[in-house]
Amino acid sequence: MDILLIVIGAVLTNNILLTAFLGLCPFVGVSGQYSSASGMGMAVIFVLTVTVPINWLLNNFVLVPFGLEYLQLIAFIVTIAFTVQVVEVSMKRFSPELYNALGIFLPLITVNCAIFGSSLWAMVLWKLNFVQSAAFGFGGGVGWALAILAMAAIRERLKVAPMPAGMRGAGITLIIIGLMALGFAGFTGMISLQDFAGS
Amino acid sequence: MAANEAKVQVTKAQAPAIPIWRKWESTPTFKELISDIWNDNPIFRMVLALCPTMGATNMAINGFSQGVATMFVTAMSSLTISYIRNFVPAEVRIVAFMVVIAAYVTLVQIILQAYLPPLAAALGPYVPLIITNCFVLGRAEAFASKNGPWLSFIDAIGVGLGFTLSLTLIGIAREVLGFGTVFQMPLLGPDWTKWVLMIVPGGAFITVGLYVGLVRQFSPGGSVEET
Repeated sequence: MDILLIVIGAVLTNNILLTAFLGLCPFVGVSGQYSSASGMGMAVIFVLTVTVPINWLLNNFVLVPFGLEYLQLIAFIVTIAFTVQVVEVSMKRFSPELYNALGIFLPLITVNCAIFGSSLWAMVLWKLNFVQSAAFGFGGGVGWALAILAMAAIRERLKVAPMPAGMRGAGITLIIIGLMALGFAGFTGMISLQDFAGS
Repeated sequence: MAANEAKVQVTKAQAPAIPIWRKWESTPTFKELISDIWNDNPIFRMVLALCPTMGATNMAINGFSQGVATMFVTAMSSLTISYIRNFVPAEVRIVAFMVVIAAYVTLVQIILQAYLPPLAAALGPYVPLIITNCFVLGRAEAFASKNGPWLSFIDAIGVGLGFTLSLTLIGIAREVLGFGTVFQMPLLGPDWTKWVLMIVPGGAFITVGLYVGLVRQFSPGGSVEET
């Protein structure tokens, strides 16, 4: 039950993009085309689902028992870079179709703050347990993918809309994300992920 | 002979007729700095590094502090990376750069928590997020890994100044409309109806979107790329 609530909460009420601004740079950069937006969305779901549990294990079985919490940031980012590399190599070897679809997005993901930020939120800010962290990783990825697909669909239509030249591209995209965030604010109070925070 | 030497010394002493800042203005260092502050402005020109921009700018002082913290991290990591660039194999350079950046961010976080606990609490998780700030790694990859330490340091300071300036401007706009204050000093008086919109995440997106649009529309000679 917890798992379902956390996934829905991570998608709607605590969407990592719309409430915490995580993963905004690739969002603005990639949302111009529907096909690349869906590729990036899938890659983010995949990598988040893998890295958040791994970082949880690292944090709770290595860093905390040995009193090394101050190394959290370095450990998380190295784990993420390493995991992305492993995922890329194994995907190339075992599933070339998937690699062709997601391959070009994987290197970009190392510096995607959505990946690093989700580990940070789950472990440092809210201190979720293992299952909850995994659910948050998956749900966060789905929420991000949902937002970028919606945005890509809107931007396809913006191409023919009249607007000042300076606003085209990044400016109007940011304003539309703002309106989307205000819309999603309507879900606030339905589920609150902060309630799951442990000590 | 002696008199002649003295004469030469006098003329040398009087020589700098051009003011020192005029001379400095034409050095490559200064040109690099100015071009970094405006032309390579991470937020308004390149639209990078958005998540710390939005998360830490509900107040002007938070934006300013986040900017200074980022400037410190960028400058120190560019300097370090420029020194180690010849020893790091090309295949693992990104991971190596990330570790250097993460080390400096950890340093900043510990210093903030020790000496400025209220500020550390206000910025919260957005200080650790400097690690994934695209332009810190971007500067390391595009500039520091190809140039000497001094120029890399100046380049990072220039970009950091541009970033601090942008963050402070965004913070001022949000604080004035959202709280009626600027740097926590009352500006619009007690009758001002606070715009809650500016404080919530939606307002952050809209403010930065308008800034980016205005800068691109009115900056002279700025190329507007279609994205």
